[in-house]
Amino acid sequence: MSLSIENLLGLEDVPQADINQIFDAAFSFREVLERPVKKVPTLKGTTVVNLFFEPSTRTKNSFALAEKRLSADTVNFSAASSSLQKGESLKDTIQNLCAMKIDLVVMRHPTPGSVKMLADFVNAVIINAGDGTHEHPTQALLDIMSLKEKFGQVQDLNVAIIGDIKHSRVALSNIYGLKTMGANVMLCAPPPFMPVSVEDLDVKVTYNVDEALEFADAVNVLRIQKERQASGLIPSLREYRNRFGITLERVASLQKPITILHPGPMNRQVEIDSAIADGENAIILDQVLNGVAVRMAVLFLLSGS
Amino acid sequence: MQKSTIKDKLLLKNGEMIDPCQEKIERQDILINDGKIEKIKAEIDAQDDYKVIDLKGLKIAPGFIDLHTHLREPGQEDAETIATGARAALAGGFTRVCCMPNTNPSLSTQESMRFIREKAKLVDIDVMPIASITIDRKGRELTEFGELAEVGAVAFSDDGNPVENSQIMRNALEYSKLVDKPIINHSEDQDLKNQGIINESIVSTTTGLRGNPTIAEEIMIYRDLRLAEFTGAKLHIPHVTAKGSVDLIRAAQEKGVRVTAEVTPHHLSLTDEYMHSFNTLGKVAPPLRSESDRQALVEGLKDGTIDAIATDHAPHTYNRKETSLDLAAYGMIGLESAFGLVMTKLVHEDQLSLIELIKKMTTMPAAIIDIELPCFKTGERAEFTLFDTDEWWVFNEKNIESRSSNTPFIGQELTGRVKKVIIGNKVIEI
Repeated sequence: MSLSIENLLGLEDVPQADINQIFDAAFSFREVLERPVKKVPTLKGTTVVNLFFEPSTRTKNSFALAEKRLSADTVNFSAASSSLQKGESLKDTIQNLCAMKIDLVVMRHPTPGSVKMLADFVNAVIINAGDGTHEHPTQALLDIMSLKEKFGQVQDLNVAIIGDIKHSRVALSNIYGLKTMGANVMLCAPPPFMPVSVEDLDVKVTYNVDEALEFADAVNVLRIQKERQASGLIPSLREYRNRFGITLERVASLQKPITILHPGPMNRQVEIDSAIADGENAIILDQVLNGVAVRMAVLFLLSGS
Repeated sequence: MQKSTIKDKLLLKNGEMIDPCQEKIERQDILINDGKIEKIKAEIDAQDDYKVIDLKGLKIAPGFIDLHTHLREPGQEDAETIATGARAALAGGFTRVCCMPNTNPSLSTQESMRFIREKAKLVDIDVMPIASITIDRKGRELTEFGELAEVGAVAFSDDGNPVENSQIMRNALEYSKLVDKPIINHSEDQDLKNQGIINESIVSTTTGLRGNPTIAEEIMIYRDLRLAEFTGAKLHIPHVTAKGSVDLIRAAQEKGVRVTAEVTPHHLSLTDEYMHSFNTLGKVAPPLRSESDRQALVEGLKDGTIDAIATDHAPHTYNRKETSLDLAAYGMIGLESAFGLVMTKLVHEDQLSLIELIKKMTTMPAAIIDIELPCFKTGERAEFTLFDTDEWWVFNEKNIESRSSNTPFIGQELTGRVKKVIIGNKVIEI
């Protein structure tokens, strides 16, 4: 049993069979996580570097925990991207690390493509933990795994992604992953948050949140970053909430249950009401647990152990 | 590259002469005496004291002129110098280049212009400086166009930076009429560019890289065309990339606006699809555009809307390119690969005839900066580029004479290759 991919750079080119394999492994690791002793020796002797060029709390901790649960040896390297601006080339930084005989690299970087650049010239397995506004494959995998857990299958499921699609790595990875798994995807955002020509990816596009909620079995609600307002892309968070917020009233008016995902961190009462985020149809905390399981699965399967 | 100086008379035999001035191609022998053309005839017999070069299979054209070269000196000698840039030019068949003023200090004063001219005396090619439009390219105060023209400025440009303030641009165009030299404005509206790294398209969507929309270019070109029409001044538009820009320029030319335009070999050869590689070597300003834009550029060349091919040769050190895409410098080198690329993409794909291509690399750029091109007149200095239109070759590091090697074309298969350059009594084997 092995994956067709050698690195996990994004979900753009990952086939369905690989995703299914990752889910199978992840569901087995979920059981490990429910045990009193939550540790397996799977990656004993394997060295993983967590290379974070951008602040991260959730993803970093989730990977750290996944590595610990698998008994891997880990090294953490955090660098503000400013140190690279001082003149050291990204290539030098990374080659230096890899000279220390690393097996796997988990990398986050603020610039799209940096993770691919790394993969092109180092002899280690690379896992993308988010590269700028490009992809965040493990987040999408945990989102889709949570949908699979909830609905049994993802095929033909209607999933809406609502929020700042354009500046989101989570959205793009979700689009690729969901399409590969046979789901129908609708994107909903204010026009300045909708990426150019995104309908070419075989997704539906709407500016009307009620239409999206009507369509969806599940919605993935993206965080609205406050700085977007400062840069003039939207006039106010107030208007955003009125037009696009997943409010109690909106959800209550639907004639059906709707499953709620959020990759976090949430701006409560902006893109989502607390009553919805904490409500019975939210699977936001399942996502967090599945995040550890899916990262264990990815580390395990890509390590070749 | 190997250079030899011919003391005797030099006879070029059996070459096919491409004369863009007379628009004809014919087999001619050329006799050069002390660096000057003495005789051109269908058959010239060799004498004992002649050095003879057999040009069988080669074409001979006037030396190429590049309107858009960054020589980086003074200030960034780690990336290029006038000496290394001149070698790169020769390797590409260029005998004259116009160097852009975005140096440090910039070419804003007579002093800095004289520095270039002094350095240029030491190289084989002609280096024709373009002075900046505004002092230190800051877009605020005009430089002294009159004084700068006196010491050899062939045009004015803040290249790398656009002149953003419309009133300053109007003043520049108006004042340029004093010297009747073109204003070359880097056409990217910085607000609309919005720190974009690549073309805004489905490629920016799927790579997550910040998009730079074609309207950032089109809107500034439109403003400049209207200002050129209003003032009656000469405007030259560098590195056109978008279909909309070609349409705007065409319409302005039909109205009689004094506007000329250039396109780079890389915008004719690559599209934004290249950026799926996330390779920083594809990061240029303005960016690589879509295939439909690329086709419009070819159409613009064919119908004469775009007058010239110019390289925008932009050397950068390893460190400025081997970094993440947002930090990497904009630009690629272009002198050495230019001819092979345009031969491959234009002539061999039946888009442009050979004579049309040569015009766009010789007489047309000469006309834009209003310099005399002797072509094949007896008594004039010999200044020729000799090439094989059909040689298939793979561009590689060894073909690079520039101090920098930031080009995505390493490994590119090309058809058409520069073989020799003759300047005066010097013969340079490429």
